[in-house]
Amino acid sequence: MEKTIKRYWPVFLIPTMAAFLIGFIVPFAEGIYLSFCKFTTIRDAEFVGFQNYIDAFKDSTFPDAFKFTTLFAIVTLVLINVLAFLVALALTQKIKGTNIFRTVFFMPNLIGGIVLGYVWQLIFDAIFSKFDTALKLNEVLGFWGLVILVCWQQIGYMMIVYIAGLQAIPEDIQEAAMIDGANRTQRLFRVTIPNMMPSITICTFLTITNSFKLFDQNLALTGGEPLHKTEMLALNIYETFYGRVGYEGVGQAKAVVFFILVVAIGLIQLKITRSKEVQQ
Amino acid sequence: MAKIQKTVNTADKKPVYRVKEKPTAKGILATLFFTIISIIFVSPIIIVIINSLKAKTFISLETFELPNEHSYIGLDNYKTAITQYDFIKAVGWTVVITVLSVAAILLFCSMTAWYITRVKNIATKIIYLLCVFSMVIPFQMVMFTLAGTADALHLNTPWGIVIVYLGFGTGLAVFMFCGFIKSIPLEVEEAAMIDGCTPLKTFFRVVIPIMKPTYISVGILEAMWIWNDFLLPYLVLDIKKYKTISIVVQYMKGSYGRVDMGAIMACLVMAIIPVVVFYLCAQKYIIKGVAAGAVKG
Repeated sequence: MEKTIKRYWPVFLIPTMAAFLIGFIVPFAEGIYLSFCKFTTIRDAEFVGFQNYIDAFKDSTFPDAFKFTTLFAIVTLVLINVLAFLVALALTQKIKGTNIFRTVFFMPNLIGGIVLGYVWQLIFDAIFSKFDTALKLNEVLGFWGLVILVCWQQIGYMMIVYIAGLQAIPEDIQEAAMIDGANRTQRLFRVTIPNMMPSITICTFLTITNSFKLFDQNLALTGGEPLHKTEMLALNIYETFYGRVGYEGVGQAKAVVFFILVVAIGLIQLKITRSKEVQQ
Repeated sequence: MAKIQKTVNTADKKPVYRVKEKPTAKGILATLFFTIISIIFVSPIIIVIINSLKAKTFISLETFELPNEHSYIGLDNYKTAITQYDFIKAVGWTVVITVLSVAAILLFCSMTAWYITRVKNIATKIIYLLCVFSMVIPFQMVMFTLAGTADALHLNTPWGIVIVYLGFGTGLAVFMFCGFIKSIPLEVEEAAMIDGCTPLKTFFRVVIPIMKPTYISVGILEAMWIWNDFLLPYLVLDIKKYKTISIVVQYMKGSYGRVDMGAIMACLVMAIIPVVVFYLCAQKYIIKGVAAGAVKG
């Protein structure tokens, strides 16, 4: 059978692979190459070695964006996962109206980052103007504004994943623990959470990578103001490319560093949480 | 007080005992608590809807107040948004791009996924690994070169961008389809091929019907992404001619010197309402799709 299928490869592979080449492989390879060049368009590239990487780290906004993003990723990682887990636990109990609550909590997830950013900008501006300040004037407010926005958007998604995980735990394990005399807290930490590790792996992976890749919300809510202080890595790279003249090479070098960072963090995180998973 | 209720499971005629809880004080409190939280949760959207009915000068001054006889202007903001900012056209292009891209991704990626799962060799292994790799790459890594490539190949139209989305969306789609195809028993396909079906016929007549739930999951995930995407269409499309919803919203707020808050509110509402209506209609599939997608991811 495999041989017959094999002869049909042009039909099955060519459309996807041609698009994959145009949409991913060529731009990716070019991106790596251009990070070692000075250029303003793809055609006038001139090899300069590691100069772009040196300039990228000399540009103080880049390490600042890195710190801001890391702090943001840690805060949202904890807040989103703890809150989503608690909500999932509560909404799998016998409470009236759980379906409506799940529907409501998930909804913000479907709305685009740009739209959400401007929805929250209206709310925050109205609140802060009463105290004679604004989101774009104060980096601390900007940080927490972004945290609230992202929590609001992602808690529902993670809640759905946690609920699916909770429902997959066989009831007899819980019952066995109850018969053995385990109390509520013991059951949560000794039975529920260890059995939920696959869901926790997924959710922590998604929240960390989402935070590191965050762009639309950042652009719409604060736009990096005041003075690039609320700029996250993705927006910093975008600004380097399109906000300054002659910095395309530096922007591309930053993008390569950014890509390596995201892959490395993703791999480390998977390794840590996977090692805690148990076999059912 | 809990009472044991006897119900008969009709499938195997065995009585099943279940504890049926009466609503307790705790349960009512929990419902009340979550009702309040839910109201807070949707309030930002409701505030935007209320403000879309006010004249633009009142929006930043009286954000949290209901419209009164001075500020209420009915649907004027919507008229401005539609006539001056071509919002309906943007909705149209967003629909075209999303529908065509999702259709292309579903058809071609499921074919590729079936092929690379059924034919095992070095090449298919490399394709699979490249797909997994491409899933974690942040868009900023390829944005400049992708925009350049798309421009050079004249893909800067809503029709051309479909190819870009097919390429950039391949990773997730192929990965999810592969996960599902591995669980399909080979015997069904073998039987079809022994009966004289070509691989193409086998795929379209046998494999696609079995994979229907996966098509829905992948389709929803990709549609959510493409519908809301901002940076890719912003960089790839010729935005003088074609704008998507996200681009129009960003344009109104960002590039114009004088910001018309009223029209922005109307646009935000018009961007949110279709998504919410679609969500309420297809809720079951969306939530299932998200749960399935996350487990595979």
